[in-house]
Amino acid sequence: MDAVGPLSDDGLVRLLTHTGEREEHDFFSPYAADLTPEDLRGFYRAMSLTRAFDNESMSLQRQGELGLWVQSLGQEAAQVGSGAVLRGDDFAFPSYREHGVAFQRGVDLPQMLTIFRGLKHGAWDPKEHNFHLYTLVIGAHTLHATGYAMGMDRDGLVASGDPANDGAVICYFGDGATAQGDVNEALVFASVYNAPVVFFCQNNQWAISEPTTRQTKVPIADRGRGHGIPSIRVDGNDVIASYAVTNWAMQYARSGGGPVFVEAFTYRMGAHTTSDDPSKYRSKADEAYWAERDPISRLATYLESIGELPANFVAEVEEEGKALARRTREEVRSWEPGPSVGFFDHAYAAPHATVEAERAWYERFEGSFVEAH
Amino acid sequence: MGAATTPATMTLAGAINAGLRAAMERDPKVLLMGEDIGALGGVFRVTDGLFKDFGGDRVMDTPLAESGIVGTAIGLAMRGYTPVVEIQFDGFIFPAYDQITTSLAKLHNRSGGAINVPVVIRVPYAGGIGAIEHHSESPEVLFAHTPGLRVCTPATPQDGYDMIQQAIASPDPVLFFEPKARYWDKGEVSPERVAAQLSQPDGPIAGTLEMGKARVAREGADVTLVAYGPTVRLALQAAEVAAGDGVNVEVIDLRSLSPLDSDAVVASAKKTGRVVVVHEAPTAYGAGAEISSRVSEQAFFHLHAPVLRVGGFHAPYPGSKYEHDYLPNIDRVLDAVDRVCAH
Repeated sequence: MDAVGPLSDDGLVRLLTHTGEREEHDFFSPYAADLTPEDLRGFYRAMSLTRAFDNESMSLQRQGELGLWVQSLGQEAAQVGSGAVLRGDDFAFPSYREHGVAFQRGVDLPQMLTIFRGLKHGAWDPKEHNFHLYTLVIGAHTLHATGYAMGMDRDGLVASGDPANDGAVICYFGDGATAQGDVNEALVFASVYNAPVVFFCQNNQWAISEPTTRQTKVPIADRGRGHGIPSIRVDGNDVIASYAVTNWAMQYARSGGGPVFVEAFTYRMGAHTTSDDPSKYRSKADEAYWAERDPISRLATYLESIGELPANFVAEVEEEGKALARRTREEVRSWEPGPSVGFFDHAYAAPHATVEAERAWYERFEGSFVEAH
Repeated sequence: MGAATTPATMTLAGAINAGLRAAMERDPKVLLMGEDIGALGGVFRVTDGLFKDFGGDRVMDTPLAESGIVGTAIGLAMRGYTPVVEIQFDGFIFPAYDQITTSLAKLHNRSGGAINVPVVIRVPYAGGIGAIEHHSESPEVLFAHTPGLRVCTPATPQDGYDMIQQAIASPDPVLFFEPKARYWDKGEVSPERVAAQLSQPDGPIAGTLEMGKARVAREGADVTLVAYGPTVRLALQAAEVAAGDGVNVEVIDLRSLSPLDSDAVVASAKKTGRVVVVHEAPTAYGAGAEISSRVSEQAFFHLHAPVLRVGGFHAPYPGSKYEHDYLPNIDRVLDAVDRVCAH
């Protein structure tokens, strides 16, 4: 592709070519040096299971079991590679497509579908996983992430003198979000308060039907530079480079360096959601070009080339993926809504007279129908 | 200077300042955030002296970005802090409207109760001070209409002192509307009661519930005037004039719009049979409509007259030379009292 500006290859950090060959980078290679073949097989497994779950969720939506599904297809390397860097005290703020990061943070993926079956708005306890709820309001969570990072700094979790105990925040969002005021305000706040937050933008080239060029004239990473924030472009379909760059960025933030902006250049191989139709706005040739750059097959090719992807391991992962899909299907189909009155729960943390009065009325109203049966 | 411990005469602004100081001394996690609230002490000086005594880490001058202030306050609250945000003027809250209504109001609910976001947003509001545009607005109902938020507004120094501390102690987000025209009104403030309340284990919940209760500002038997924030003083003045005409007016100071203390209003309506609601916000779709509806639902057969509303008009807030005609004034309140008494 001869893309220019925000869709160009300019300055992309890459450690694995799309044909599966290792490349070296003077600065970032050392930040992937600790990765063993076993670690890389772990990445392969995480990406493959995320995709198996993703594909099953897609099917469940098509069968009418889910109201909507948001695929992560094609973005597994950016998510799994960056997510692998996170440690106990680190905290991640996802947007709503970060299923690979959710996997890395120990979220039970099928539970996520309670959201898409219309049962809940939040499917996990953020404090249990150090992984915030999905946020659908584009870019709004970048400010929450920044505030949370400011709080971590106040709590002595940054540059404490014991690097093993330091922590930082990573915040995921897309190319479309970079046009939002909130994202720009988050960059301002993070910069002037030196907040320990890594802004991880997955530039998947499409905001529903609008190309990245409708959001920006310059590479997205330049947004960070304009705020005095170190900014890096990385090949987001290269799981090793995504790991290395995030590894550096998180260390920088944890050690008191302040915020970092990472633009992971990737491609949304699927539709925006199951309600979308990419055939209306992008070409088959474009999709074919990026299918050749599939992040999972890229890693597999590399591991095979160095003799580190045994056939029995691949078969095990495939079986594991099928089992996850099967469990996903069974769990989703087993979920029935609880009593409607539950929608009054947690409207407030303390009792609220209007809620109490309406709940009492509604219970009486519903009860009157039960009597009549 | 420590927090007040003995009764004293304070202005409303001074009482809120003293309440902020007491809350900050009580809980080191309480932070103030806003534009010009540090060395300057805020454009109305409500945070005067706090920067000097608590330092810039706890009295934070922020970038000039309201959505950014509220959004980062949410993140700090998730981390266990209690940010108290100052929005400089009512008309400038709208850049933060999305953060307040779609994130702040909903996080507790969408997390299934796992996350509390006890952010307090202080808003100097309403008019009557001769200001230029965007500095005299009354947007309180926009927030009262949003589930998940508490909305309250003190009318007296005692309430300013007590309620700001109860708002800060509350586990829920609170929009705290301060009637800026009343900032310099003086009154007696006793600091002991709220301090004792909030020192109890159930203090934060008890304080939250009390903050949602209305107050009978003047007892009467013939007409109920329902007011809040800046119009409480106006209602009391109107009641004095009406008394001279032999009409005995009861004045209810709502103190809170979310929750709305229906019981207090309905009890008064049943007693007097005549209700007039007075607020500065535009009358159409305003708090008066909600109150009128609740009274007609719950006290219909006690009413002698339709519930009337006296409020701002459905036109943008005018230039300050016209604001005293736009705003409810004593003549319009007394006109409404006359009309309900005609029945």
